[in-house]
Amino acid sequence: MPDLVNLTIDGRAIQAAPGTLLIDAAKHSGIEVPAFCYYEGLTLQAACRMCLVEIEKMPKLMTACTQPVAEGMVVRTETPQVAAARKSMLEFLLANHPLDCPVCDKGGECELQDMTFRYGAGESRFTEMKVHVDEKQWSPVVFFDNPRCILCYRCVRICNEGMGVGALGVINRGVVSEIAPNMGDHLECDECGMCIDICPVGALTSGIYRYHTRPWEMQHVGTICTHCSNGCKTTLGVRNDEIIRGNNRDRSGINGEFLCIKGRYAFDFYNHPERLTAPRMRVNGKLEETSWSQALAAVAAKFNEVRGSGGKFGVIGSNHTSNEENYYLAKFARKVLGTGNIDHHRTGDVHGLLDALSGRTGKLATTEDLYQKKAVLVIGADLALEQPFLSFQMRANYRHHQAHVYVVTDGPVREDNYAAASVRGTADAVEALRDRLKAEPELVIVFGDAVKGDGVRRLVDFGESLGIPVGYICLVDYANSRGAVDMGLLPDAGGLALPEMLAADDLDVLWVVGANPGKPQGSPFTVVQEMFLTETAQAADVVFPAASAYEKNGTVTNVCGEVQRLRKAVGAMGTKSDLEIMGLLAREMGVAAELGPWVPDTVFAEIRKTVRGYDIPLPVLEMGGAAQTAALNGRVPLDGRPELIRSAHDNLFTSGTLGRYSKVLNSVVESHGNR
Amino acid sequence: MLYNEPHPLETRVLSRRFGKPDSASLATYLADDGYKAFEKAAAMKPEQIIEEMKISNLRGRGGAGFPTGMKWSFVPRTSPKPKYIVVNADESEPGTCKDRLLMENDPHQLIEGALIAGLAVDAHAGYIYIRGEYRYLIEITDKAIAEAYAAGYLGKNIRGTGFDFDLYTHTGAGAYECGEESALLESLEGKRGIPRIRPPFPAVVGAFQCPTVLNNVETYCAVPAIIRDGGAAFAALGVPKAGGTKLTCLTGHVNRPGVYELKLGFPVKTMIEEVGGGILGGRKLKAFIPGGSSCPVLTASEVEGLTMDYDSMAKAKSMLGSGGVVIMHEDTCMVKAALRIMRFYAHESCGWCIPCREGTTWIRKLLQRFHDGMGQRSDIALIGDLAKNMLGRTFCPLGDAAALPTISIVEKFYHEFEDHLNGKPCPFEAAPELVEA
Amino acid sequence: MTFSAELENRFARLLNSYPPGRQRSAVIPMLLYAQDEIGSVTPELIEEVARRTGVTPLQVDEVVGYYSMLHKKPLGKYHVQVCTNISCLLRGGMELWEHACRKIGVGHKQVTADGRISLEEVECIGACSWAPAVQVNYDFHHFVTPEKLDQLIDSLRKLQ
Repeated sequence: MPDLVNLTIDGRAIQAAPGTLLIDAAKHSGIEVPAFCYYEGLTLQAACRMCLVEIEKMPKLMTACTQPVAEGMVVRTETPQVAAARKSMLEFLLANHPLDCPVCDKGGECELQDMTFRYGAGESRFTEMKVHVDEKQWSPVVFFDNPRCILCYRCVRICNEGMGVGALGVINRGVVSEIAPNMGDHLECDECGMCIDICPVGALTSGIYRYHTRPWEMQHVGTICTHCSNGCKTTLGVRNDEIIRGNNRDRSGINGEFLCIKGRYAFDFYNHPERLTAPRMRVNGKLEETSWSQALAAVAAKFNEVRGSGGKFGVIGSNHTSNEENYYLAKFARKVLGTGNIDHHRTGDVHGLLDALSGRTGKLATTEDLYQKKAVLVIGADLALEQPFLSFQMRANYRHHQAHVYVVTDGPVREDNYAAASVRGTADAVEALRDRLKAEPELVIVFGDAVKGDGVRRLVDFGESLGIPVGYICLVDYANSRGAVDMGLLPDAGGLALPEMLAADDLDVLWVVGANPGKPQGSPFTVVQEMFLTETAQAADVVFPAASAYEKNGTVTNVCGEVQRLRKAVGAMGTKSDLEIMGLLAREMGVAAELGPWVPDTVFAEIRKTVRGYDIPLPVLEMGGAAQTAALNGRVPLDGRPELIRSAHDNLFTSGTLGRYSKVLNSVVESHGNR
Repeated sequence: MLYNEPHPLETRVLSRRFGKPDSASLATYLADDGYKAFEKAAAMKPEQIIEEMKISNLRGRGGAGFPTGMKWSFVPRTSPKPKYIVVNADESEPGTCKDRLLMENDPHQLIEGALIAGLAVDAHAGYIYIRGEYRYLIEITDKAIAEAYAAGYLGKNIRGTGFDFDLYTHTGAGAYECGEESALLESLEGKRGIPRIRPPFPAVVGAFQCPTVLNNVETYCAVPAIIRDGGAAFAALGVPKAGGTKLTCLTGHVNRPGVYELKLGFPVKTMIEEVGGGILGGRKLKAFIPGGSSCPVLTASEVEGLTMDYDSMAKAKSMLGSGGVVIMHEDTCMVKAALRIMRFYAHESCGWCIPCREGTTWIRKLLQRFHDGMGQRSDIALIGDLAKNMLGRTFCPLGDAAALPTISIVEKFYHEFEDHLNGKPCPFEAAPELVEA
Repeated sequence: MTFSAELENRFARLLNSYPPGRQRSAVIPMLLYAQDEIGSVTPELIEEVARRTGVTPLQVDEVVGYYSMLHKKPLGKYHVQVCTNISCLLRGGMELWEHACRKIGVGHKQVTADGRISLEEVECIGACSWAPAVQVNYDFHHFVTPEKLDQLIDSLRKLQ
């Protein structure tokens, strides 16, 4: 640790690491220096001139966003001179800014509004004609109202630096300078909407949210995105039991400001018109709506009958349901139904990795490690499209810490743009990088579904032979793919795996919870818990309408094994959470006592006690944080069946079956191929 | 060839070959001690070259007046990175037309200056950034560069000294802001001419992120004379702390407009009366801009005892600037002058920072309305107030360049603004503009 | 896109004059020289320059709007630029500008119907001591009077 620098800000003695920017040093000691263009983690602009402060011995006001701290520096951030300068900046800004706050989406959470209020710059001396340009729509999700733009360049930088996309630029000069999209009149990009949330004013607005409500009329519920496995926190804006928007403006959660199109917009499957709102039962060959009590009674009777007769069950769990639900289902299957035929759509060889790492601790890398560690090796994955937050972390690591990124893929990927080395080939091509990797002080290895079974063991052997600390991330597809493995949604020794269950002609019951594996080839009594009438549900005998992740409480585990809380944002009429459906079914069957209460917190308490690695600190979760599960120690007894592992390689605009029901994902041009 | 008749009061050092037959040719240059300074410098230690530059008291001729020797000494000579020489030939400060003459009449002097700078900081490549409008100068310079290569004054192992140096021209495409050194570097790298955050300064992180010496054309053109005749001789031509001569562009209402090379410290009155041949039409002097439109405007009374050098101008609360002298006689409308100056800065503001982008356009609109006879009394104070709100708070000096003349005109010619009030037409508009010469 | 051999030569020289990996430096010169040849900065030209210099078309477009000599609309074969900045203003530059508008019959950044002559009121072109000044394409004309301007325009009209 280098010696700290001593300085004084507003009379307070402060210490900061050398090189710290004054604006950050002030912030860390509780002094807010206002700024529009400054944004932590992005390049410096010094364009908005709002952060001007007085520094002793300097002839004029200095920008706190570009001034590093210096020993003995004496700074004043709120003198009359400073306040006057800021007020004048606001007056300049408001000269051409339309005063349409009453109809602007940003009203109420606008940084310009806040600053104008703070510095009393509400009156304008501007009586000339304002520069006006008409509003433009750049994509289904991005609208741009140029007159409101204050040219802070945050959008340009987040797109270029943060996302590595570079779809936004600045055209023209002077007072008519304007932010412009890459395709002239529209955007072709990741459609992540980062530019909208980072906009301090109402220049960039969301096609989904605009003109729907005011920020203060919503409740803001921080939960975890239910699409990919990265586990980004998304804050859902809810009004009248309706989700109006998703964002992460408060930068809480593991993902900070990051969200992709799915996290920000693709919550919209939840009120799709085809959403199931009542149980259905097959009557005379047709699925017809019925009551919960009738449906539950019918399923319970069938389950008890098959159980009593020693019949054969098959149970398929989900990649999207909560840990509690997965745990409860696994327990239900093994303890009540007495079956080891239990599985889910496996998308990465997590099990193989845990097995290969047995006997070692601290080998699982976190999302934070991707930002902090000096080197990252990516094998067989197009991270920017398939694991966007992991990709974002690595790019930030490269920009901020000059991390070395190595890529081994069969085709070009976005990481090539800044990679220390890119190798085209299969996983075994890592050998070519051995000497360079050995020279790194530490490494995180990220691998996709191309590495499984023995491949994982070989990769771990490779990693451990480098002689440096190595952490691993096994990529999986969906929000709780990792949790499904951890909760034991895997076949027992001798049990049937997913494709075998579908192919079996002797199953008496097939129970599918939150998955769409397809129609079974035999004719088991099929029970499906689903949000939509999927192909699997259409073939079912009973369908229970299930709640989505945004309609329930619980926990999920992301790709790195980090556990986070789902929080219920809305209720969907007629649906119940999968946990409640299973609980009610157990009660109806008379076996509820064996399974315990179907209350998420109670189930989670049991998970913490019984699932290895899940004895995680509760306060972290309660504060909305992510708690990493510990790596398992000791051989994993299950048969992993790695040959069954297959990632769907969903990109930014697909999300398995769920993606079909998102209006936004299907509306952007990028989702129509040619990417 | 573009040059005016020399005046006896001139001291021709940089312009000594102006008007000679075929003055731009290598032959003419060589016949007049050309490239002797380079050969002398090649035998000197780099520290000695820089020391000689410091002794010469040469200050940057682009407008800011930073001591050149000191600037060169900031370059980390031993850095493993390549070092570059960049020539700022983006002459676009209104009132300034001297670099054009230096390049048109004597391109080899510039090349030699750049070469010596290369020796001093161990740079082996240079770029001459020439404003797009000066296309014919690119042709002249390219021709001179080709001549120099052919004669072994550029390229590998120049004249057997073991020193390699490549020199290229690079065209701008119309942007005043690219005359600001860091914006110029951005433009040289193929980007919008937005200035960079400093520090780091170009001497450390300049062209292509490498250490760079960046000076104005006239600055480089002074280098051969300094090395050839010694820094002390150059320093002796000027005043303490500012050595040598300055190419001064007399423009506006004088009888003999032109570019004259005058010793630093030359009396302004003599310059106007003698060198410039007096005020057009025998009228009285009203206002005087010493060095391009970004300098605060001086009144006739302030010109008394004033000399053309940095300290004297600073004492008068103006600047020596680029040498673009603008002379305005008694029938000049100062509101119109302020408007035209602000129109320029509003047009040229790069738009990067708020106060300059919004301030210049706001004041331009205000002055236009005011000059059109739709002003109010409160507007006068507002113009000055807005300019003061820009001053010292913008990202680069363009904001100050716009604010300073405006503030000075509002303060010193307040009564002319009053005369425009309440729908009255411009009191000067009726006076016929004299177009002579 | 194809350009004249001379321009291709110039491009090749340009791309060679910057350090390795710094070919983006050629963007502005390439745009200006190509514009001289084809008349304006077309979308195809933007794509072409982007391709040859290894940047995105957006990065080229950012530059086009910034530099006042680059223009997306075609100008006249003879582009008449009248300076009205301070030094020219004092020597009758504004009157000369107004005269030019009347004489040519078009206004700022407009082109005559036959596409031959266009007019622009420009900022300082560095001819302050020889004001008022006019530039036709890249040629300077100094101490221009309304009468001299008339002759100049007339001669342009006669030129092929």
